[in-house]
Amino acid sequence: MGTVPSALKHCLSYQHLLKEQLWIGEPAAPHTGQESQASGLPEHIKIVEVGPRDGLQNEKVIVPTDIKIELINRLSKTGLPAIEVTSFVSSKWVPQMADHKEVMRGIQRHPGVQYPVLTPNLQGFHSAIAAGATEVSVFGAASESFSKTNINCSIEESMERFEEVVKSAKNMNIPVRGYVSCALGCPYEGNIIPAKVAEVSKRLYSMGCYEISLGDTIGVGTPGSMKRMLEAVIKEIPLSALAVHCHDTYGQALANILTAIQMGVAVVDSSVAGLGGCPYAKGATGNVATEDVIYMLNGLGINTGVNLYALMEAGNFICTALNKKTNSKVAQASFNTGTMN
Amino acid sequence: ALPKRVKVVEVGPRDGLQNEKNVVPTPVKINLINMLSETGLQVIEATSFVSPKWVPQMADHTEVMQGIKKLPGISYPVLTPNLKGFQAAVAAGAKEVSIFGAASELFTKKNINCSIEESLERFDEVMTAARAASIPVRGYVSCVLGCPYEGKISAAKVAEVSKKMYSMGCYEISLGDTIGIGTPGSMKEMLTAVMKEVPVGALAVHCHDTYGQALANILVALQMGVSVVDASIAGLGGCPYAQGASGNVATEDLVYMLNGLGIHTGVDLQKLMDTGTFICNALNRRTNSKVSQASCRL
Repeated sequence: MGTVPSALKHCLSYQHLLKEQLWIGEPAAPHTGQESQASGLPEHIKIVEVGPRDGLQNEKVIVPTDIKIELINRLSKTGLPAIEVTSFVSSKWVPQMADHKEVMRGIQRHPGVQYPVLTPNLQGFHSAIAAGATEVSVFGAASESFSKTNINCSIEESMERFEEVVKSAKNMNIPVRGYVSCALGCPYEGNIIPAKVAEVSKRLYSMGCYEISLGDTIGVGTPGSMKRMLEAVIKEIPLSALAVHCHDTYGQALANILTAIQMGVAVVDSSVAGLGGCPYAKGATGNVATEDVIYMLNGLGINTGVNLYALMEAGNFICTALNKKTNSKVAQASFNTGTMN
Repeated sequence: ALPKRVKVVEVGPRDGLQNEKNVVPTPVKINLINMLSETGLQVIEATSFVSPKWVPQMADHTEVMQGIKKLPGISYPVLTPNLKGFQAAVAAGAKEVSIFGAASELFTKKNINCSIEESLERFDEVMTAARAASIPVRGYVSCVLGCPYEGKISAAKVAEVSKKMYSMGCYEISLGDTIGIGTPGSMKEMLTAVMKEVPVGALAVHCHDTYGQALANILVALQMGVSVVDASIAGLGGCPYAQGASGNVATEDLVYMLNGLGIHTGVDLQKLMDTGTFICNALNRRTNSKVSQASCRL
């Protein structure tokens, strides 16, 4: 209420409180997971870090290859189980990802960490395998207009394209992750019905994708629409094969993620430092920040295996390199209380 | 099951502006409150009758109180830290007041220079006077999910202070996550303890978004039956405890979520966004509301 002395920034109690929340340097989380069990939440959640691909792809500045590699190497040390590295798409369409081969070959791969890459078609798939990829992703959409505008074909045609990729991948024992964009709304069509999301998800899952990541591409979803969409999809796909990929464009991401995990979803996509704006709303934000997601999950007693301090340092690195402010509120708050030096 | 209706308590003109660096001219404050009055909001915290020595931003409390257009059906509570402030508020036309307690001894000591017990005695004087004047009193409890000085705060302590303030006669208790450090986990734990002592219908949550957790925390509170939520237009108000960090949750983002949940608030989101644009222009700053940021291209 009154004015506060700046000496408070270094207040020991606040730092201790934060350290508890951030769970610094503890290899095993202090919580046994009983807390999350009692509340019906998953005990463990897999975080899929999409910053180096989805994040950087939506950043205006072209990032030098060595910076991309350094970012991924740092992320590999945080305990993240999956890091989406790059996209084997034509550099004509996505100049940011033109160095996909160099990045794939240049990173230091940690045992136990997955490094999936996007492969829009068979050509991209072969190129990815040649560069050493051991997991790939394909990107579908629940909206015809979005599919046409984004990849210049109908949903059906895109599925046929993906089937080719999945078939080749299966032959080589390469797991394929399927994305469904516009799961809670489309920049062109507006409202998207849950049944359509369920239909496209089922298609991808049946063809052999091991996991389906449901993306709120423009971040318009709320806990209400998230619940309705998941109810429809869960009828067709086992919960354990589902992931949510929420954008924070309208500030709803954490509330939407909470809703999803309350329904049993145990895989969450996010982007370090909230990298990646929204191409559909100028100046707006995009991906939810991994730091903010981890902070919430830590507070819920859910184990992720991720060291939040190390993550914040990786976030700080890339923001410095990009000369931009972080989109993570946890990072903003922590770097300013003197907790991070 | 979620509540069908939620009462949104707008704290921008007081809690929001109080934590903004630039002192806002009185006419701007009055215009802000008048614009908010047109959005459908039922409660707008107008100002604080505290000594200008402590809070220069609120020095014009009497002029603001007397200058605003008070629409019927809308409540304009003001902060009154003690009897003197209460009397000044009533003289200026206030019809509802708020008192600010805390669940932390150290926070109380640093903020208002006394113990929790002493602060409650001070409030008792206000309560007695308010009762005599038939003026409703809202009670705030700060630091419910953590304290910048004490660190961890026990849920039992929050319940104890809330119960005391409710028993004293506060019609509503607003539970504040003052440093925004809480998560759905600690929110649930705290509310479970408080709801044993205070009926859920008399509870409100006042979440800060300093760590991005506000909407998730509010969602959990709603799931537990809380139906009153405080928020600040454009997310006005930084955090005095973490330089550069954000403070209050943005009313626009809250209403967006409630709309999506089919919960009735009576608030017109477009008018709210227009009001946010007004005050941000006046303050020469960017909005902290993501909904506003996203809608900017229109």
